[in-house]
Amino acid sequence: MSRFSQGATIALTIARKDALSELRGRQASGSTLFFAALVLLLFGFALGPDTRRLTDAAPGLLWLAIVFGGLLTVARLHQLEADDGALEQLALYPVDRRAIYLGKALAGTIAMLVLGAILLPVVAILYAIPIGAAWLPLVITVALGAIGFAAVGTAYAGLTVRMRAREVMLPLLMLPIVAPLLLSAVKATAAALGGDPFGEMGAWLQLLAAFDIVMLVAGAATYGFVLED
Amino acid sequence: MKTRILGIVGLLAVIGASVFGLFVVPADLNQGDAQRIMYPHVASAWLGELSFGLTALAGIGYLWRRDLRLDAVAHAAAEVGVLFTAFAIWGGMMWGRPVWGVFWQWEDPRLATTALLLALGIGYLLLRRLTDDPARRATRAAVVGVIAALDIPIIHFSVIWWRGLHQGATFGDPAKILHPSAPGLFVIALMGMLSAFTIVWCYLMIRRYQLARLDWQMEEHGRLGRISAARRAASVPSPAAEEPAR
Repeated sequence: MSRFSQGATIALTIARKDALSELRGRQASGSTLFFAALVLLLFGFALGPDTRRLTDAAPGLLWLAIVFGGLLTVARLHQLEADDGALEQLALYPVDRRAIYLGKALAGTIAMLVLGAILLPVVAILYAIPIGAAWLPLVITVALGAIGFAAVGTAYAGLTVRMRAREVMLPLLMLPIVAPLLLSAVKATAAALGGDPFGEMGAWLQLLAAFDIVMLVAGAATYGFVLED
Repeated sequence: MKTRILGIVGLLAVIGASVFGLFVVPADLNQGDAQRIMYPHVASAWLGELSFGLTALAGIGYLWRRDLRLDAVAHAAAEVGVLFTAFAIWGGMMWGRPVWGVFWQWEDPRLATTALLLALGIGYLLLRRLTDDPARRATRAAVVGVIAALDIPIIHFSVIWWRGLHQGATFGDPAKILHPSAPGLFVIALMGMLSAFTIVWCYLMIRRYQLARLDWQMEEHGRLGRISAARRAASVPSPAAEEPAR
């Protein structure tokens, strides 16, 4: 009981610290958001100017932009600390490593939610998608996707942050892992935008939720090994 | 010596199974000669999956016991797994071109899963290559191996839910094994190829593991350092040696 609440306090403290440092170092997060929006603009150049084609591809393009922006986002969550030598201190704290992991994953989820909240309207404007009618399933999909991406990203960013060639190793290791997340999130988004004619959205959201749970458990179980590395 | 005999047996078995599959078994009525690709294709796909499973198990074992020998097993299995999986995909593409009309069939769930499996395996090997310290390398590799292994079932489910046109699994259904719908020769050809490939798989695993042991010996005894120092001393006259002792 008290052990659980202690763990929750640690997780919240770490999430708050990461969110604060993210807010105060606004330039970096701002450029990530701008980068992701720019990716959406470039998809328009690559596939346009036929709006119909862009509308059809919109769910996939949205999630690719979230994945690309997300890679930069989760990398930063460990990079700042590793550069300052603060990660070693974090590892030395006599607290449960799983709480540290959950705190970092929570901060990553919040950052991914901000990314999704900004990219959704950009997609709606650029690719002429009416998102207003389906806002609730879209928010659920983005939230589940954010959790899953942050769950994997926290573990892998911690793993690669002290490696040579970390800039390329993080996407290289993460992209195949998040492939099912991408697939089910795109399917759920497309179903939500199309009014879910086949009643398949629930199944994809369940798969997304299962991915989140498996990866959160796996990340929490292995993060201790990642930190002591 | 024993390992070499195993290798020779494996080579002969592969040759024997190939001759059987190419010349003894009749061509499939629908797919023609292309169907013969299935014997090595299915065998290598199974062994590839088995290898990655072994990598994950040995990784968990390493995190638990901290024994570098388990890490060597994980490494060997990953390398052999990448080899067999790549071979399976290549064979599948050679088969898909005449039968499906395309090298890459996006609607086939097993192809998509196998491609991601190969990507995960290559990532695992690259991660190992970029870490020098043996204990650190083993820990990182084990974590990546475990997370990837947990991801595989999710990948499998997600791509299965795409509309699939891959033939149903031939051996998933026990009734089909007991009463094979295919004539007996087809089953014998597949089983023969599977046995032959399994012998080769064992041979490669043993060799790779031996190589890992040699690597440690070299690191432990600092032999590399001493050899290069001796070479330098032999080829380039050291200035310190020429100086008269004070």
